[in-house]
Amino acid sequence: MQLETKPNVQTGTKQKKDWKKWVIHLFPIPALAIYVLFIIYPLFAAFTYSLFDWQGIKRGAFIGIENFISLFTKQPFNDMFWNAFQNNILYFVLEMIVQNGIAFVLAYIIYKKVKGAEFFKIAYFLPRLLSVIIVGFLWKLILNPNFGALNVFLNKIGLESWAKPWLGDPDTALIAIILVNSWFGLGFAVLIFLAGLQGIPTNLIEAARLDGAKGLTLICKIILPLMAPAITIITVLTFIHAFEAFELVYAMEGSMGEPYYSTDTLAVYFYRLAFGGSGGASSVAIGLGSALAVVLFTIIATISAVFLYILRKREVEM
Amino acid sequence: MKGRNATRSIYYIIAYFFAAISLYPILLMIYSSFKTNAELFKNPLSIPKSFSLETYQKLLDQIPFFTYFWNSVIVSSVSVTCILLFGSLAAFYIARYTFWWNNLLFFFFLLGMMIPIKLGIVPLFMLMKDLSLINSLWSLIFIYTATGIPLSILILTGFFRTMPVELEEAARMDGATDIKVFWHVLLPIMRPALGTVMIINFIQSWNDFFFPLIFITDEMKKTIPVGMLSLFGEYSADWGSLFAGLTLSSLPMIVLFFIASKQFMEGLTAGAVK
Repeated sequence: MQLETKPNVQTGTKQKKDWKKWVIHLFPIPALAIYVLFIIYPLFAAFTYSLFDWQGIKRGAFIGIENFISLFTKQPFNDMFWNAFQNNILYFVLEMIVQNGIAFVLAYIIYKKVKGAEFFKIAYFLPRLLSVIIVGFLWKLILNPNFGALNVFLNKIGLESWAKPWLGDPDTALIAIILVNSWFGLGFAVLIFLAGLQGIPTNLIEAARLDGAKGLTLICKIILPLMAPAITIITVLTFIHAFEAFELVYAMEGSMGEPYYSTDTLAVYFYRLAFGGSGGASSVAIGLGSALAVVLFTIIATISAVFLYILRKREVEM
Repeated sequence: MKGRNATRSIYYIIAYFFAAISLYPILLMIYSSFKTNAELFKNPLSIPKSFSLETYQKLLDQIPFFTYFWNSVIVSSVSVTCILLFGSLAAFYIARYTFWWNNLLFFFFLLGMMIPIKLGIVPLFMLMKDLSLINSLWSLIFIYTATGIPLSILILTGFFRTMPVELEEAARMDGATDIKVFWHVLLPIMRPALGTVMIINFIQSWNDFFFPLIFITDEMKKTIPVGMLSLFGEYSADWGSLFAGLTLSSLPMIVLFFIASKQFMEGLTAGAVK
């Protein structure tokens, strides 16, 4: 209530006061201006772009949802879409199993107070500091069929038959990229899981122990449910990441998702339509590209919202 | 007791195994950069026989690495400064005042965290073209500032709200204006939160590859990540230079990480957990 006495203490003129009062409303303006101009506007524009016919980068007539129809019914656009979509799904599922599965085990080990916990955290996290393009290029060298470290290593230990042109074979290329991505993202997932584990009240675990819960039962019945928020966050982030996958594929297999589109993702396909001019259309196809952007945006927004809704609901129940 | 020891041993084996997998490729990258091409192709795995900086000399003759580096420094430092300044101004306004639209404003900013802005890249490209910012570092500074603002406002608003009101009231009693309260009273005690915001956005802008790929084609305006794209495009057979380029590119971030690993790990996860 001290604040109310302020006008009496201060003796500035009324006019000056009014001016000063207005200054505060300038505070959010720079952030708001930049945010609206460079985030909100482009996104809205992408929605409207998808409803027009485009000749190169010149906007033509309003054609409603025709771009969307072409995207899903015309060759080769529809095939490319579903091929890339499947790759995105595989990207998500494999990252969940490999990256997040391993990350949970490692987080649990660190949680069990092994010596050198700090070293392990730093070691797992280090790859996350590299630019994705550098990660991609580094692994491209390591996976090189002739001089790459991996095949040379396999030959040395007598597993010649395992050596493969990892990135040149349609059967292994996408999996190789996803595993590289897991290498990159492992430490981050470990830290999130670890924070989740450390957030569980120890008396709950002790109580379960006294009731005879041990090992896997303890993990599955007590620890995992209590870690639901951390698991949901990781799931949402992995999903968004998988459906935005672009840089690694671009660095390792180029904008065509080689070999034979086996590593193509929706974001790479989008890039081709918008800039590359080799997405099946003769030149850049901004209308189709924008339609694809809208579809991709809808997928990401819907799924994230569903996950977050489940998270909130679970939190309330607990 | 014996069973417990066995479990512990398995724990250590797993933990060290994955530590090796995480670290070895980075070590390989660094020591390979000291090898000649002949040695690289003959013995890709072994550590270098002799320590030579020849590859680095060659790399610097091939690409303008220091130009890339300098561009990265400018882009990252200016955009991080803008994010800190604009973000904390907006967060201060949202957290310390009770205008009826404040919650709406907060929510509006948070929307930005859900938006995959890469999907707006076509209109963004045209906007940059209209503003004559293609091939200008400002295009990157603007987009990194814009993408960094939502999360920064979330973190900083949360922090501003925890500040005791008494501090501010005391200052206002002494006749401090809004600007003075913000700049001299609250900002100095916000250091931990500002540090978190700084780290998150620095990593983001330093490592980003997507936006310069679209906005920058001029060799002299490239940042390190797109610079590496030119290197790998033009000298793909010269592995010594490639490894040297990768090492030189990642070194600044790795050094910073070792200086402040705790802050880095806490900072990056803070963004996700919130």
